[in-house]
Amino acid sequence: MGELRLMKGNEVLAEAAIRCGCDGYFGYPITPQSEVMEMLMERQPWDETGMVVLQAESEVAAINMVYGAAGSGKKVMTSSSSPGVSLMSEGISYIAGAELPCLVVNVQRGGPGLGTIQPSQADYFQAVKGGGHGDYKMIVLAPSSVQEMNDFVDLAFELAFKYRNPAMILTDGAIGQMMEKVELSDYKKRWTEKEVNEKNGSWATFGKPSTRERNVITSLELDSAKMEVNNQRFQEKYRRMEAEEQRYEAIQCDDAEYLFVAFGTAARVCEKAVEIAREKGIKVGLLRPITLFPFPKDVIKELAPKVKGFLSVEMNAGQMVEDVKLAVYDAGCNQHVEFFGRMGGIIPSPGEVVEALEQKLMKEGK
Amino acid sequence: MTEEMIIAGFGGQGVLSMGKILAYSGIMEDKEVTWFPSYGPEMRGGTANVTVIVSDNRISSPVLHEYDTAIILNQQSMDKFEKAVKPGGTLLYDPNGIVNHPTRNDINIYKVEGTKTAVEMGNPKVFNMIVFGSFLKVKPILKLDNVEKGLEKSLPERYHKLIPLNLEAIKKGQEIVETVLEV
Repeated sequence: MGELRLMKGNEVLAEAAIRCGCDGYFGYPITPQSEVMEMLMERQPWDETGMVVLQAESEVAAINMVYGAAGSGKKVMTSSSSPGVSLMSEGISYIAGAELPCLVVNVQRGGPGLGTIQPSQADYFQAVKGGGHGDYKMIVLAPSSVQEMNDFVDLAFELAFKYRNPAMILTDGAIGQMMEKVELSDYKKRWTEKEVNEKNGSWATFGKPSTRERNVITSLELDSAKMEVNNQRFQEKYRRMEAEEQRYEAIQCDDAEYLFVAFGTAARVCEKAVEIAREKGIKVGLLRPITLFPFPKDVIKELAPKVKGFLSVEMNAGQMVEDVKLAVYDAGCNQHVEFFGRMGGIIPSPGEVVEALEQKLMKEGK
Repeated sequence: MTEEMIIAGFGGQGVLSMGKILAYSGIMEDKEVTWFPSYGPEMRGGTANVTVIVSDNRISSPVLHEYDTAIILNQQSMDKFEKAVKPGGTLLYDPNGIVNHPTRNDINIYKVEGTKTAVEMGNPKVFNMIVFGSFLKVKPILKLDNVEKGLEKSLPERYHKLIPLNLEAIKKGQEIVETVLEV
């Protein structure tokens, strides 16, 4: 068993990055995720593993540093919170267009605009439907505990390199700020130049030897026939992600008549709501998407015919509910899909969620 | 065993660190723990609160609408959290600065003169550990040697010389807690 610690989610992101052999972090402080860089600066990994940590002059600079470093086949990341991720969105689109792996962490806060510093899930659309311009997708992982903040850093890098695509950890201020017991991962060595060459030599730019053609990293292709071929390749890759990477956790779904669908902090609240509702004799379960893209629609397809309805619980005005509806529709089912959420940095209480279930799904005629 | 609690008072009273020591002590006892602070533009003098859950099982929501125990250290928190204690639950408070004392008759109410005693002990900073001691007396969910280990884990090494003083404050808190109402 690894080392047990009591840590904040944000601190764990930093620790996990060091331990998984990350080569570089480029960021710019913003509440509620400033502890990520704070922790990295305190740990001084450049002495320990050689990992670079740099505070850029802005989020735009940070994401472009990630772009450049990712081009050289290195394991690099950034983190920010909602307004900062909006600034980074152009860079993320370029990185997706250039087919480079990297990790972007969004510790969400309430919006729009500068909004609030309290936790929110209002960047779901931004994360899973694009954010930046062009037809691209990111792999989006949604941790719901401090332990998963640890585990998903390594997983995100693994998936990012597997698909040569940016991966995002979409979390929120609550998980970033809260402390839980966490079992830290064992140290993995950073890749050596030789290993980078072996793993990524076909595309990475780290000095051209005479034995091969030069590698070019760009998202630009002025010939639209060639650009369409690129787009087709991207789309084929996204379909592959959908086929192979759907992840979820099903809690008490086996005998459930109703299902909560919720991710991250909202899923934790719903887990409690399941306990409360079951005590009242309501057969409800929780489906917790772990990957938001690819959305775990296959399991919804499987569960939809067995239940009377779904309640999507989110800390926003109703975003993931659209994907739940699409999945239920794709399954050829017509179960009710309802939504309950709080906005502006408010976390719904478990009691409110149970009440919403009773009001929206269990009243007569539903 | 699952204990869901809120600790609420002024920023600077050591509310968050009391919660942290509690959580670390829970880990030493092989329990699951969650520590969720109110975070925001708070500072010394503003209100601060932290939800701490200690359990034998996986913890679901870190955010709650009712609590087994509320530790209340100022009037604003009394106004906000007295009503959030579960029936049959526990409210522990320091009467210093409290104008409207708790009025519920379906919960256990205990009082600790933490502020006064800390001054008498010559170190106002141990206030939170006195209150923590009182909590451990009325809710003995953690063993004292695990609390000591929790202190060691949560305090940076340069403060380890202060652990005996903190333990003394905890013991003091266990002695001086008064029962107001038991249901």
